[in-house]
Amino acid sequence: MELEIKNKEKFSILIIKGDVDLYSSPQVRNKILPIVRNKQAILFVDFAEVEYMDSSGVATLVEALQIANKNNGRLRLYNLRQPIKDVFELSRLDKVFEIYENEQAAFEGI
Amino acid sequence: MAETIEITIPSEPKFLKIVRAAMNHLGETMGFSQDDINNITLAVDEACSNIIKHAYEGLKGLPIQVVCYLYEDRIEILLRDSGKKADVNEIKSRELDDVRPGGIGVHLIKSVMDVVSYDNSLEQGNQLQLVKYVSKKSQE
Repeated sequence: MELEIKNKEKFSILIIKGDVDLYSSPQVRNKILPIVRNKQAILFVDFAEVEYMDSSGVATLVEALQIANKNNGRLRLYNLRQPIKDVFELSRLDKVFEIYENEQAAFEGI
Repeated sequence: MAETIEITIPSEPKFLKIVRAAMNHLGETMGFSQDDINNITLAVDEACSNIIKHAYEGLKGLPIQVVCYLYEDRIEILLRDSGKKADVNEIKSRELDDVRPGGIGVHLIKSVMDVVSYDNSLEQGNQLQLVKYVSKKSQE
């Protein structure tokens, strides 16, 4: 799995490439948590190149969302493939996260 | 008579990808829809992850056995380990209403498979049976 972070003036973008599973989710966690711990951080996560994600990935994102909320930050996910959307829906977390179809929709209003 | 495929991986997260690749391939071979292939793959991956985390408590190099019986109308998958016996009360899926990290795996397995059955009778270790029927639509 590859992780790329783009830090802009007002926000950051994390691009995940590869499967997010029990093996790789700790790497995602190590990248995401330091960002959302900042006050009012805005983090976008691009899933375009993620073909598979399991519950350890979902758990990592839940943790990140909780920390972001506590710090008045935002976490927005976009470009999710159908299997990834399905995992959020099955976990009944699709309404808990801010999930957008594409980059343009995700960046609206920021 | 069902065809049988058996895969054994050591209890390390880096080998989960091997199990997923095998499930994808078996699903395609048996004529499951792409949705069902994704679901079977997710369920088996989650079950193996639970064995690594809970039965073997993170210890590496211990065997996880995945035995697949391929029938005309269904796939039956037995997951076996020789680790700590699961507490049946703990393996029931949790309420999802409170959002918190962890505990989602069992819920996902139960949501996507037709049969999920835990064998509590083994003297040592655990055995989980997962069954998925080929839907009529994808058989046509």
